[in-house]
Amino acid sequence: MDNNLLIKTNRRIVKDSIMKWLFGTASFLLIVLIAFLFYGIGADGVGRLNLSLFTNFGSRFPEQAGLKAALVGTLSLMAVVIPVSMFIGICSAIYLEEYAVKNKWTAFIEMNISNLAGVPSVVFGLLGLTVFSRALFLGNSILAAGLTMSVLILPIIIVASQEAIRSVPDNLREASYGMGATKWQTITQVIMPSSIGSILTGSILSFSRAIGETAPLIVLGIPVIIQFLPTGPLSTFTALPMQIYDWAKRPQPEFADVASAGIIVLLVILVTMNAFAIYFRNKAMKKLQN
Amino acid sequence: MKNVKTLAAIGLACSIFLAACGGNDGSTGKSASAKEDFVLSGNLAGDGSSTVAPIMEALVEEYAQAEKDVKVSVGVSGTGGGFEKFIAGETDFSNASRPIKDEEKEKLDDAGVEYTELKIAFDGLTIVVNKENDWAKNLTVEDIEKMWVEDGTTKKWSDIDPSWPEEEIIFYAPGTDSGTYDYFNEVILQDSDLVKSATLSEDDNVLVTGIKGDKNAIGFFGYAYYDANKDSLNAVSINDIEPNSKTIESGEYEPFSRPLFVYVSNAALKEKEALRNFMDFVIDNSAEMADAVGYVRLPVTEYDEAKKQLDSVK
Repeated sequence: MDNNLLIKTNRRIVKDSIMKWLFGTASFLLIVLIAFLFYGIGADGVGRLNLSLFTNFGSRFPEQAGLKAALVGTLSLMAVVIPVSMFIGICSAIYLEEYAVKNKWTAFIEMNISNLAGVPSVVFGLLGLTVFSRALFLGNSILAAGLTMSVLILPIIIVASQEAIRSVPDNLREASYGMGATKWQTITQVIMPSSIGSILTGSILSFSRAIGETAPLIVLGIPVIIQFLPTGPLSTFTALPMQIYDWAKRPQPEFADVASAGIIVLLVILVTMNAFAIYFRNKAMKKLQN
Repeated sequence: MKNVKTLAAIGLACSIFLAACGGNDGSTGKSASAKEDFVLSGNLAGDGSSTVAPIMEALVEEYAQAEKDVKVSVGVSGTGGGFEKFIAGETDFSNASRPIKDEEKEKLDDAGVEYTELKIAFDGLTIVVNKENDWAKNLTVEDIEKMWVEDGTTKKWSDIDPSWPEEEIIFYAPGTDSGTYDYFNEVILQDSDLVKSATLSEDDNVLVTGIKGDKNAIGFFGYAYYDANKDSLNAVSINDIEPNSKTIESGEYEPFSRPLFVYVSNAALKEKEALRNFMDFVIDNSAEMADAVGYVRLPVTEYDEAKKQLDSVK
């Protein structure tokens, strides 16, 4: 009897350590993969990370090629994407969570929003080409690309914002109503302050996606050979992923180094944005605890 | 509450930025031409072949130094993709690594777009093999046809010449949307299917890497890509003519010596002074830029001819 129990315990301990090793190896593999990626890009690209990379336009000479136009283009693109997608996204989330009656229709709409989040980005590119570029005559302007990217990340922002709003405890709402506050007052004074942290986190992560997306830009026909900076929302432009893609395709191996340098710049932007997301989340968490 | 304010501030800042950027986009050539000292300005848009892109980039780069106020933007959607935009009237000129197709001509007719065809350089479509491949030094057009046309069998090197290794040939080819594929289709496949086992890629570097890595590989792409990877790849001679700038320019490197084109809209040429100026610049400097980026210049007479054609559009 005792012996039997011992065997069983031993088995459980063995199983436990196998699992520990399995999960450990999985995480380790991932880290090795990322380390390889960073090493590969870093080794090739660091040499080209100098001032001329930021002050020069593209060039046929790899040592003179820069990403000035692409960097300014990407920042201008985000100047469209951030306000448009956040405004529409948060408004729809508030409507769906706070105002809309829960019935089959809203369930159907919500299901479709979640599905849209999984649609490949090329499809959004085609949508942008048909609606913004051609029907609304925006061509391959910053505005057309910005609106396309906004539509691409809207589902993610809406879903993230809905989750955030839903996680606000109902007793807070009830307390607000109990003190005679209107719905609008409750939303601005109670719900938004306690959910904005998570909303921002979700939104910023989706902006990172918009920065890195290439497929919709290719479909919209965003040019890469450009020797000027955009002058306004209707100006043509190029973006970092397009420029990097173009360099990576060149026959001269020196251009691969420039592409790597471009990837480092893109990674730095992404990491900075994610750091902001974490900062906002922590700040919001602290506020909730107080 | 504070966060809501921050958010509102970000939103406001962004919209102010956009509004500030707004105004001055619409101004093109006209305001400039009113001035006494004539300065060209305007926005020119082009798109098309990625094979033509390196030479076009060099031309745009040089042109930007000469005419700072003319804003030229060129995309690389591929020859076919470029023509689609040209037909839709979205571009002023279209780069192509093959002559325009009949169906594209018809669509341009339907859309009422008149155009002028300009040759700017030569490219030699180059058949390449692995460096360790010491048998396939020379192929005839028939050999290439036998290799690349799908006939249901597994292709071996020994099928072409019994003295060659009895090993399967590994094929690499550019994607079907590229002008390079179209050109190969025209001279070799003639609308029969390409071997099904072939790896297709829009990115020529994928082909280069693939062929470098396999002793039994064969593939084709533009001469510039071979030129940049000479040390790690072997070019196959066609009917005993090896591809180099001389044989490509003289047309001896047959049938794979092909011209690269720019198609320019006549209406845009008449309307935009800057476009005419840019096209003149393209014709004047293509020879030099072709050499610089690994293509082959045309004979002088061809450029004179192109210039005449441009001038005849009035």
